[in-house]
Amino acid sequence: MAAKLLIDAVSRTFPAARGGKPTQALQPTNLAVDDEDFIAILGPSGCGKSTLLRIVAGLDAATSGRVLLDGVPIVKPGPDRGMVFQSYTLFPWLTVRENIGFGMRERGVAAVERDARAGEFMKRMGLAGFEGHYPKQLSGGMQQRTALARALANDPEILLLDEPFGALDQQTRSLMQELLLETWEASRKTVLFVTHDIDEAIFMASRVAVFSARPGRIKHEMAVDLGHPRHYTVKTSPEFAAYKARLTEEIRAEAMKALVEL
Amino acid sequence: MTPLKPISRGAQVALGVAFFALFIAAWSAATFGGFVPKTFLADPLAMLREGAELFTKHGFAKDIAYTVWRVVGGFVLAASLAVPLGIAMGAWKPVEAFFEPFISFSRYLPASAFIPLLILWAGIGEAQKLALIFIGAFFPMTLMIAVKVGATRRDLVEAAYTLGCSDWGVVKRVLLPASAPEIAEILRTVLGWAWTYVIVAELIGSERGIGHMITDSQALLNTGQIIFGIIVIGCIGLVSDYAFKALNRRLFAWGA
Repeated sequence: MAAKLLIDAVSRTFPAARGGKPTQALQPTNLAVDDEDFIAILGPSGCGKSTLLRIVAGLDAATSGRVLLDGVPIVKPGPDRGMVFQSYTLFPWLTVRENIGFGMRERGVAAVERDARAGEFMKRMGLAGFEGHYPKQLSGGMQQRTALARALANDPEILLLDEPFGALDQQTRSLMQELLLETWEASRKTVLFVTHDIDEAIFMASRVAVFSARPGRIKHEMAVDLGHPRHYTVKTSPEFAAYKARLTEEIRAEAMKALVEL
Repeated sequence: MTPLKPISRGAQVALGVAFFALFIAAWSAATFGGFVPKTFLADPLAMLREGAELFTKHGFAKDIAYTVWRVVGGFVLAASLAVPLGIAMGAWKPVEAFFEPFISFSRYLPASAFIPLLILWAGIGEAQKLALIFIGAFFPMTLMIAVKVGATRRDLVEAAYTLGCSDWGVVKRVLLPASAPEIAEILRTVLGWAWTYVIVAELIGSERGIGHMITDSQALLNTGQIIFGIIVIGCIGLVSDYAFKALNRRLFAWGA
């Protein structure tokens, strides 16, 4: 079966700043993502994993290599790749409902249909009753739920998540992980999830791709066979602990390298 | 006092009024106490008397109307060109590269120095007044708007692209609404400047307007009228500023 998303020898070098040397953020990297896959890209900060995600999104251009979605090369951003960012990127001048309907409106979906569909996603994300609220009136967790709903309402081929829960507190974060996992289990939407949190990666992903220190590349891939539906109690199981022990070793070595280089 | 600690609304108003009271008290003391000759500075009561006379005998309401029309006319003219151009410069770098150096240069040209030239070109009629306000308002307004639009949060723009926004859609649906409150603030600030330009324009070569009245009164050494004129300008400025602020708060309730 052909991969849903194919990352083929993608590298990225940022041009030299005045007087400096060019910086390589990403070594030539390969990754094949199957349809309905949930892949976590795990790595220490500054390893280039976000750069890779941005290239897939079309927000950044690869220096070499190519990315294919359903066999078609990616050249610019598009609604077929929904993205949720770490920073809060809801449009502050739009209500929750209007934010969720943003992509549909751009496509010219009629207001009635737009509102109906937005309402559906609000219910699913536990946002019912907040449709008329502006982002500044929402907590961080609710803002990210809205951002997730906004991306999903566009019905993308693949969901790109760049540490979307990174700015949330631990408790909210856990709940968001469960919500995202439930959503994935229900829809089986292909997901590429960037994180530096080992627990988060194991808990949600069916496969974890471990990044090396900068300039990054995927140095190790590990399948997570924890079964579905996954309950949060799995986090205390011995299988989970075993996965965690393995990944901790991998990540630790890279984090040490990164520390020495900086 | 604790730095940055907020005070109650009542205390805020009381303190603001207190300074006005203090100011008038000092003025009264200086004039009624005979410390300043009446020729140089009229006392508050004489000022009010002269002010009333301005309305009843000299048709001052008409002067005010002329001045307001010039400010609004010149300001609207400047804004109707500066807003679209500023947005275009903020959004598209080639447009900015084309206009920015010239506009940056032009904003440092002192608007009042154009008066002799403008009188040569446009006489001393309304066109000259509007042109002066336009010169004084247009260039800085354009630059400030361009900077604000150009500083729109990148992540919002990127989010819009991943949601399927076109280039034009990003300008229309992200850059514009994101910077609208700040553009409104810029307009409010520049409207204040327009008030200083109009008076300068009216001081030199004018037959009507508040500035014209002030020059006339100077010839008659009527400091009461001059002060009254200045206070009227201040009051209109204050009222228009408050109205603008209130409008901005209503329009952009999602912010702040």
